[in-house]
Amino acid sequence: MNVLASQAASVVAAIFFILSLHWMNDPRSAARLSVPFGSLALLLAVVAAWMRPEVVTQQWIVMAVIAGIAVGVPLSRVALTAAPQRTALSHSFGGLAAALVGAAKFIVWSTEEPAQLTTFRTGAIVVECLLGSITLTGSLLAGAKLQGLSWIPQRPIIFRGQIALNLSVLVVALALGAYVVVNPTAPSALICLFVSLALSLIFGALLILRIGGADMPTVISILNSYAGLAAVAMGFALDVPLLIVAGALDGASGLILSIIMCRAMNRSFTNVLFGGFGQAVQTSHQQETRQYKAETVEGAALMLEMAHSVVIVPGYGMAVAQAQHRLRELYDQLMSRGISVKFVIHPVAGRMPGHMNVLLAEAEIPYEDIVEMDELNPDMPQVDVALVVGANDVVNPAAKESKGSPIYGMPIVEVHRAKSVLAIKRSTSPGFAGIDNDLYFQDTTFMLFGDAKNIVGELAKRLAVDEAQTAHAM
Amino acid sequence: MDYTSTVFVFTLACFIGLGVIKGVSRLLHTPLMSLTNAISAIAVLGAILLAGGEHSDHIHLIGAIAVFASTVNAVSGFLITHRMLGMFKSKQAIASRKQP
Repeated sequence: MNVLASQAASVVAAIFFILSLHWMNDPRSAARLSVPFGSLALLLAVVAAWMRPEVVTQQWIVMAVIAGIAVGVPLSRVALTAAPQRTALSHSFGGLAAALVGAAKFIVWSTEEPAQLTTFRTGAIVVECLLGSITLTGSLLAGAKLQGLSWIPQRPIIFRGQIALNLSVLVVALALGAYVVVNPTAPSALICLFVSLALSLIFGALLILRIGGADMPTVISILNSYAGLAAVAMGFALDVPLLIVAGALDGASGLILSIIMCRAMNRSFTNVLFGGFGQAVQTSHQQETRQYKAETVEGAALMLEMAHSVVIVPGYGMAVAQAQHRLRELYDQLMSRGISVKFVIHPVAGRMPGHMNVLLAEAEIPYEDIVEMDELNPDMPQVDVALVVGANDVVNPAAKESKGSPIYGMPIVEVHRAKSVLAIKRSTSPGFAGIDNDLYFQDTTFMLFGDAKNIVGELAKRLAVDEAQTAHAM
Repeated sequence: MDYTSTVFVFTLACFIGLGVIKGVSRLLHTPLMSLTNAISAIAVLGAILLAGGEHSDHIHLIGAIAVFASTVNAVSGFLITHRMLGMFKSKQAIASRKQP
């Protein structure tokens, strides 16, 4: 009876997980249903596992769960600009759990019931341990880079022979893993598994050393699917179908997100992981100093007031400057004048998939006015003013026009085709890809130099003053 | 369960996963990632059996660390997803809240 109840619980949990993800197809159903069903499913599965007769001592579990809640609750309250770091940390915890369970299970079986170590099962354990450890150190390092910790530079770290070193570490780890699969009961198997684990930990860190900020959305997605696949491997090793289903859902999600991110940058997985983007990009640098046109806040406010249609393109710079709430004020001012305002999001803007959308939603910008670049690009020539806030590479026309550019072929938000462009930029320095942006030197572009939060705030204030004056005059 | 049926489960789950995730609104990719993160904390099942099974205390400790890591993921993942999803509001919802 007990077994039947626990099996029924895991079927229900699997259905709820799938429904929970299904409801993410619309913001309304997602807000109402996704989390309640997902968390109920997990709770059901945990209770069912806890009730199983194999569980004989409670104190370790109780302590760990209490500690987990104590850490988990504050971690869920971080500022949303830090959402990428939190996600990376959580991938690394997922990897940690998978690697630990895999290693412990191997120890238990090899000392107590070697007959359990069939080739299939040992293979699953080895995959679980390797994927888990790569995800653990890889995500930790990615999180540290995202958090901007001082001991690790955010730019890619590249040295001679790096790819050869990385690959040889991986090959040795895989060879040792394969040895364990073939000889699971050999006396040296345990040691080999541990060495292989350690090498995978090193490989995970080495892999992420090469990654710069602009590639983080892709890398986080790839690590997401690794964490999912590690859970699948655990499911194979322990014969738990619910783990396989949940892990496959996680893996599929990570895979689809990484494909979307790669397409949005016109690059392949291998190129992201081994390319060292943002480093040593020295293309035909034009030596002549070109002129850009600087604009004042007053002038920019006037341009916005005269417009019928405005698009705002936010980038990571908006998140860094925390300018989203000021943008909301500007949005309100423009909307109250009957000007059409749309926010256009590039898929890789920010440091994780969908990062900009969450920040704009937090500032209470209605999601109907947040659109994908594919939707808006065809209408770009009708746009009066395109306001670029802290975005750079994703609006660089070199991606369309100059064949020699490292970002050539990458889909961009085509603001260069708008009637005029206002670009807010902290300084004249190039973006992450280290490429000059022709947009800034275009005839139709006007630059606003300074902190995005200040400038957008002043623009909104200026518009509010103008409106008050108009009302007064009437 | 024999191996073929677990592989079978995995294959079907992959197709369901790909189908379901393709339908997810592009607005919601960040909460999607934190939600799948929380869901994959289901690894806690394996950890519970280690931390509570008839094993030495070394194994109990390893299991407990894994239970801890998974619980952090589940709790923080579901809570932050809920928080983020609550922020996505339609024009109507924002307008109706402004009028008291």
